[in-house]
Amino acid sequence: MTSQTAGATAEAVASAVASERTAMVASLIRLTGDWDLAEDCVQDAAERALVRWPRDGMPRSPAAWLTTVARNRALDVLRRRRSERAKLQERAILDAKGAGEVHRRQSGADDRLRLVFTCCHPALALEGQVALTLKVVAGLSTAEIARAFLVSEATMSQRLLRTKRKISNAGIPYRVPPDDLLAPRTSGVLAVLYLIFNAGYGQPDGALAVEALRLARLVVELMPREDEAHGLLALITLQLSRRSTRFDDHGDLVPMEEQDRSRWDATLIESGQTQLRRAALSGLPAGAYQLQARIAAFHATAPRAEETPWEAIVGGLYDALLLALPSPVVGLNRAVAVGFRDGYESGLAALAALDAAGLAGYYLLPAARADFLRRLGRNDEARRAYQAALHLSRAGEPEWRLLQRRLTEL
Amino acid sequence: MKYMMFIVADPDAAAEAQPMEEELTIEEWLDDVEGRGKRLDGDRLRPVSDATTVRFSRGKLLVTDGPFTESKEWIAGFDILECDNLDEAIAIAARHPQANGGKLEIRPFWTDED
Repeated sequence: MTSQTAGATAEAVASAVASERTAMVASLIRLTGDWDLAEDCVQDAAERALVRWPRDGMPRSPAAWLTTVARNRALDVLRRRRSERAKLQERAILDAKGAGEVHRRQSGADDRLRLVFTCCHPALALEGQVALTLKVVAGLSTAEIARAFLVSEATMSQRLLRTKRKISNAGIPYRVPPDDLLAPRTSGVLAVLYLIFNAGYGQPDGALAVEALRLARLVVELMPREDEAHGLLALITLQLSRRSTRFDDHGDLVPMEEQDRSRWDATLIESGQTQLRRAALSGLPAGAYQLQARIAAFHATAPRAEETPWEAIVGGLYDALLLALPSPVVGLNRAVAVGFRDGYESGLAALAALDAAGLAGYYLLPAARADFLRRLGRNDEARRAYQAALHLSRAGEPEWRLLQRRLTEL
Repeated sequence: MKYMMFIVADPDAAAEAQPMEEELTIEEWLDDVEGRGKRLDGDRLRPVSDATTVRFSRGKLLVTDGPFTESKEWIAGFDILECDNLDEAIAIAARHPQANGGKLEIRPFWTDED
């Protein structure tokens, strides 16, 4: 091993390890089909690097060093198992070494893409797809994922185990789907990332939202020609630009019109807009993520809440979004935007025209009504609507506290 | 890999059925799957009204009429498939006429390795 610099800093080592980890796990899974073995051996190689590199200096190619150490570790483990299957797995690793297949950029990208698509296979339970993506692709610990989803570590550990077992027992192939499956499977991957984002965005610490940003960047890097991947990255980036102003010091939600726009992250807004331009390059009709990102971009760039271009948002984007993604929630958001464009009375009428059955039990419908009624000074009706909304939201959560505050202020 | 594909009759699925282009008849589906050597066996099963349930209850043999669940779904048939992976089995299931109007459940067999 050659040393470029003696005594690499701990951060440099950690960051080199982090950037190679996913590709290494992905290639060991391809060679052995054993997810636990791949994760353990890569973890082991990473721990050795964290001890060795600060002392001896970074190797010339950190990726090659880590790959060699992880594979040798896997060979050790497999030799001890002495089963027929282990012999085949051992052979696969030795063949890969013999063929000089080190960790090239291209094979690394292919392996990571295989990994992402397999974690998000539709035959896996959605919560399992989310957990496995966070564990194996993002590299979070089981404890971190458990905390983010408010379950015990034992529960999350079981969920991960069940998901990995299903992949192997049900014969889910470890591959990038062929062309005829690529479009629906890609939407599945993007849906998982957006779910991770939303799980984090609703919380003041928002760690998962940042993880979703990293994952979306990875997916864009791996599938640069997927417009909707760029669209999702733009959407996540633009929404994250408001992150530091969405909650106050007490962890209470601050509505967008009351947020301090000077504290919105200008770098993220710029980067989101760049992604949006990239998404539109193909000239194909914009998909649901792109349309939502364009709406987010109008909000992010309005100098003041009163200068939000509601006509462009409703007529240009929500109408198209409703066609691309005909969901009751999109309809609700459109109705709210109509209220800001045409006046609160029209907003109430638009809310009343919605398919209430599709929104039954959803607190945002009475909350939106309450908001328009409050702005119109119809306090008694507003109070009843706030109470209905409170009834449907989880007590103590940020949304619930905001509704409670509005009700008290009436 | 070897998969058991249950053909499940389901009133809810029947209510959601829509006419589709390129829908195969069961004969066309069989020709395709057998032509490619993907189907090892399979058959239709008589409805639950002809079913008999057998079990021991507190040490005593209990033989009763019908199925043992309240479910509206029932297994109308089965196919045993030999496929490269789950995606291939899903594709075969998706072309089965009962995928529109009924539903198909794909279960892998236990193997010696397990």
